[in-house]
Amino acid sequence: MQQYHHLIARQIPHLRRYACALTGNSTDGDDLVQEALTRALDRLHLWQPGSNMRAWIFSILHNIFVNDMTRANRRPDVVTLDDSHEDLHRVTAQQDARHQLRDMQRALRLLPDEQRQVVLLVGMEGARYKEVAEILDIPIGTVMSRLNRGRTALRELMLENTDDFLRQIT
Amino acid sequence: MNNTPVTHDDLNRYVDSELPAEDMARIEAWLAENPEDSAMVHSWRSQKNRMHEVYDSILDEAIPPDMLTLLDKDQRRKPFGHTSSWMRMAASIAILLLGGGGGWFLHGWQSVNQPYAATSFVQQAVGAHRVFVSEVRHPVEVGADQQNHLVAWLSKRLGTPLRAPDITATGYSLVGGRLLSANALPVALFMYENATGNRLTIYVRATDTEENTAFRFDDAEGLNAFYWVDDRFAYALTGPVARADLMTIAHKVFADFNQPAL
Repeated sequence: MQQYHHLIARQIPHLRRYACALTGNSTDGDDLVQEALTRALDRLHLWQPGSNMRAWIFSILHNIFVNDMTRANRRPDVVTLDDSHEDLHRVTAQQDARHQLRDMQRALRLLPDEQRQVVLLVGMEGARYKEVAEILDIPIGTVMSRLNRGRTALRELMLENTDDFLRQIT
Repeated sequence: MNNTPVTHDDLNRYVDSELPAEDMARIEAWLAENPEDSAMVHSWRSQKNRMHEVYDSILDEAIPPDMLTLLDKDQRRKPFGHTSSWMRMAASIAILLLGGGGGWFLHGWQSVNQPYAATSFVQQAVGAHRVFVSEVRHPVEVGADQQNHLVAWLSKRLGTPLRAPDITATGYSLVGGRLLSANALPVALFMYENATGNRLTIYVRATDTEENTAFRFDDAEGLNAFYWVDDRFAYALTGPVARADLMTIAHKVFADFNQPAL
């Protein structure tokens, strides 16, 4: 089984990027990845050599995420997200760009989990629809409807003025 | 012109390059005449770009040690589960028959048979391979674009004129190299990559063993490795490559290291 470790190792940077975006912060993201790696190594004998390692390990991570969420430790704590970046407000030249990036993080966190997953897997990880269906264990039609709803919602969230945005969610 | 109405699904497929080629013209014609949908497509594309801007820096980060430890521990849990005891016995006898006797090589096998003992040369080489090939953006310290500098630097640190073997004939080109340490000795690591992204490493360090060895093969940790001692230096070639192909590359590497210094 050990010959597949390098295939897993190669996915780690991508798992970390996805998990950070999915959970909204790198600490929770890395915890999720750590747990997914543990589970993947325990079940490596179940992986079909030659099949898609990325889809397999992302689906393990997805299942852990879903179970954690139903354990009700949800906390989309949007307002505190940028407390550590107060200095951003003093930067004028890059302020616009930074705002847009912050807004993307906020907007993603406001999406329902099932839409955020699809939007990130397709838009950031570059997964094909078919692969997303495999990872999330849902039909392709469902992938597409969640993608469409997620993107439409993201667009609206991004268009909103930041102040309105904060008023709405606090 | 095909008049099938354009749906949001079509537009998503268009943005994600999942649209059948025959539908491209229809969607593009539609977008040219429907500014609202065109604006939406533009906004979806910029969403993708922005997600990359926010999160791609994570790809540059070193893999957290906890995650590497996890992989490493798992490798050592049952490191030689597929090697039966009679095979190890046969191997030991073979070593004795080969006349190698004690020294560095047997030492290596002893630690192989005791997974929790100090790691052998080949385990160190395979470990280094695993750590650095999984680096997406920083696999090497000095890139192949500075090959002369790389070779001069590593030669100086190891105290012997090295060269970066040229194995392009086997499809692998130099990515670069780095300096490591093992048992308080400097180690040179060269990394190579082929067109499909497969990576090989060559691990070189000084050894006390005076006796040269033939090529030894090890696949115990999943990756295949050939290793040998030549003129007081120990070499290991490691990669996810079939044994026969790796052997061919090992011969080329051996020959290149044995050429007179430039």
